[in-house]
Formats: sequence, C-alpha cells, structure tokens
Amino acid sequence: MTVQPPLIKTAAPHAMSAAPVDPTKITVRDVNVFYGEKQALDGVSIDIPGKAVTAFIGPSGCGKSTFLRCINRMNDTIPGARVEGRIEIDGENVNDKSVDPVILRSKVGMVFQKPNPFPKTIFENVAYGPRIHGLSSSKAELEGIVEASLKKAGLWGEVSDRLHQPGTGLSGGQQQRLVIARAIAVQPEVILMDEPCSALDPIATARIEELIDDLRQQYCIVIVTHSMAQAARVSQRTAFFHMGKLIEHGSTEEIFQNPREPRTQDYITGRTG
Amino acid sequence: MNGHIVKSFEEELNQLAAEVVRMGGLAEAQVNDALTAFARRDVALAQAVAGKDEKLDAAEADIERAAIRLIALRQPMANDLRRAMSAMKIAMNLERCGDLAKNIAKRTLILAESEPAGPVTRSIERMGKLVSSRLKEVLDAYTGSEIDRAVAVWTRDTEVDEHYDSLFRELLTYMMGDPRTITAGAHLLFVAKNLERIGDHATNIAEIVHYEITGQEIVSERPKMDSLTQ
Repeated sequence: MTVQPPLIKTAAPHAMSAAPVDPTKITVRDVNVFYGEKQALDGVSIDIPGKAVTAFIGPSGCGKSTFLRCINRMNDTIPGARVEGRIEIDGENVNDKSVDPVILRSKVGMVFQKPNPFPKTIFENVAYGPRIHGLSSSKAELEGIVEASLKKAGLWGEVSDRLHQPGTGLSGGQQQRLVIARAIAVQPEVILMDEPCSALDPIATARIEELIDDLRQQYCIVIVTHSMAQAARVSQRTAFFHMGKLIEHGSTEEIFQNPREPRTQDYITGRTG
Repeated sequence: MNGHIVKSFEEELNQLAAEVVRMGGLAEAQVNDALTAFARRDVALAQAVAGKDEKLDAAEADIERAAIRLIALRQPMANDLRRAMSAMKIAMNLERCGDLAKNIAKRTLILAESEPAGPVTRSIERMGKLVSSRLKEVLDAYTGSEIDRAVAVWTRDTEVDEHYDSLFRELLTYMMGDPRTITAGAHLLFVAKNLERIGDHATNIAEIVHYEITGQEIVSERPKMDSLTQ
C-alpha cells in the first residue's frame, strides 16, 4: 500500500496565465521611506511594466500610497519625509538632482481619490497644463489638445457643448474623468491613480475602469485600490503590500487565483492576518 | 489557515463542505448497499437502493444552489473560490456514483431471477470492495484536506482497471462455457463496468481535492493497463 511519488507531476505553476507583459518602464530598487522616525516603506524592489495596469493592494497604512507618491516625488512636499533607494523611469533616476519635479510630474500624472478640478472652466482645466508647459503654439492647437484629451478621457460627448462652464459643476465621475483628461493633456508616460473610484457610484466606477482599460494601450498605469474586485478587473499585474513591505507581486491572475504567500491569501480572501 | 474576518462567510464555506461530506456518506452507503444486495441476491435491499437515489439528486441540487449563492453573494477568491467550485464538482461526481449504484441494484433484481453465478459473483464482490474502499478513502481525504491520501487514490486507479480487465475475461469464459448464462453474464458485465466507473469518479474526486488544496492540477499520465482498448 505504498504511494509511488514519481508518478505525480503537477502543472507548471500558472501555466495558463503567461500573458505577455510590456517591457519594464519603472525600475524600483531597495526603496525605504521614512516620515521622521517612522519607517513607512522597507526595502521595496519591483519592476513595473509600461503599457499595462499595475495594481497596489494592501491594508490601510501598508505603504502603497506612500510608494505611489515616491514615483512622482510627491513625498518631497511632506516635511520630514526621506526617500532612500533608486526609482528609475526609463533608466533615469527620478531623485536625481538634475530632475525638475515639475517636469517629472507632467511626465508622471496623478489622479486622486477625490476629484480635484481647478475652480475654472472645463476648458481651462484641461488647457492649463499644455499652456504652462508650452505644448501649443496657437489657440487652434490648444483647442485641439483639449478636445483630444477630453475624448481620450471619454468625457467629450458629455461636455462639448458646455466647455466654458465650471469644472466643479460636473458630477463626481465626470470630474474624475476631467482630471484624467487634464493629466493626459500634458502627454504623460505614466499615470498614477490613488483610489480613483472610491468616491464614485458603480456606474461611474465602471466608466473609469473602462477608461483605464483604454488608456493602458498608451500609458503605464499604476493604481492603488482598496477594492480587490477592482484590482482583479482592471490590472494585469498586482503587488501586495503589508506593513511597509512588498510581500508579493505577479500577474493579477496568479495573485487572485493562487498567491504564493499566506499573507497575500489571507488578505485577498478576507482573513485575519 | 486563519479564519475569515466575516464569520458568516466562514460558516457558509464550512456548511458547504459539510453538505458534501454528508452527500459523500450517502453515496458511499448506496454503493455499499448495492454491493451487499448484489452479493446476497437481496431483492428488498436492492429496491431500497433504487428508491433512495433521489436523495442524492436532491443533495446535488442543494449543493449546487448553495455554491452558486456563495459565489454570487460573497465573491470568494483564491482557495475560497476553489472550495466553492470543488464542492459543486464533487457533488456532481457523487450523484453519478449514485446513479451507477442504482443501476447495480436494478440489475441485481434481474439477476436474482436467474441461477447464481458463483465464482464470477465473488470476483465482482472483490472488485466492489476495492472500489468502495477507494470512494471511502477519497471522501476521507476531502474531509480532512489530506493531499497525500487523495494522491494515493489517484495513483492506484490502475488496480480497479486491472480488476475490471480480468473480470471481463472471466465473464467471457463463463458465457462461452454455457450460452444459457449469456443474459446473466451481460448483466454481470454491466455491474463490473459500473464499478469501474465508480472507481473513475473516485479518481476524479481525488483530482478535485488536489486542485482545491494546492491550486494546481495533476497532469502526468497514469500508467494505463487497460488491455481492452488495445
């Protein structure tokens, strides 16, 4: 009654999920972040592909938003924040002294949890960036950029007849698409989204998710979300953070079907860790 | 493994597994009773087996409903999703085992009217014991989430096939020896085939248990000894 172990071979792990992933856009090595004495991120290393959606998941305070803010140096604006390690976009260190954070942030756009349109017209919200970065030489060209950006953000059809009304008069979902249009207008390469749908209803959320799926043809998108279902729906790669550490990252299929780490499994299945 | 933060979710998953275990017990009893009825030519027991099959049909329907409800309302992920899916798939395999046990019972009713077939009947009984122990083993493996036990059932499926193969030859010899036994022989052949199929369902369940626990399929070919296909 003995079992013959050599007979058993299991399938190669995740043989079905070998979806091709775009080459690395953002290379992160050994990143630590401190807020004063407190260490918020501990030795994070990850390669983030271009033209794909990478989702960061993890419990509140796990460091995922902190990490997102490192990518476009938003942590520079927080007193006492200190970032160690290397973050490179296309091989260029974002923390290099020669990098102008303003230029960096036009290359790496950001969308926040609460839509934050400027208290200006819809047109001006989108036109502001291209104008200050000198991306257009004529009024017609600027109008073209505004129209193209609003179209890419899936908002043009809803606002084309009221471009000169205030952006703050739009619904929450429309405002969120407006700030995405504003980010797109300055020709970014990376778009960071920090819980972009947490203040939206399911229909507005679906519109944003559809938009994210469209945008990934052109941009490297990194999204922080508390909704596991959303991470599963919109991303191709998922990274799980816990207590300032990157616990596990891999293809979204792999993470949600068969994670390697027990801590990841506990989190995504709603168990106490 | 840690428990779910939402306790009612944990309870629903455990409840679903408990339903599968209960259904497994029922299927096991049906197979054993069919075999006892067959061995003893017990008409009353055979009729009872045939009559109880609907309980298994109902159990399968209940498990399927509960699993679909859990998937819809709880949106399980990773191992939780595998638990819900495997409950459904195991229930399906158990329901088929029940159908095969019922078929053995019905043939027992017919066989009871002809002359006893002595040695061949005893060979079938031995095969029956083997198959029934496989089913019991794999259900125990499911109940205790014991991967090694499931793999052992999976690996040793060839023993059932070998039994079936030799029974097939034995029955041919038996029927050739006396053409008046052909009717009974044909029924006995079906009984043996049904047992072989129950063995296959036990193997299927072993694969499902393996997948539920590890998230990976068993893919390698087992050594097949089925000379009937050659």
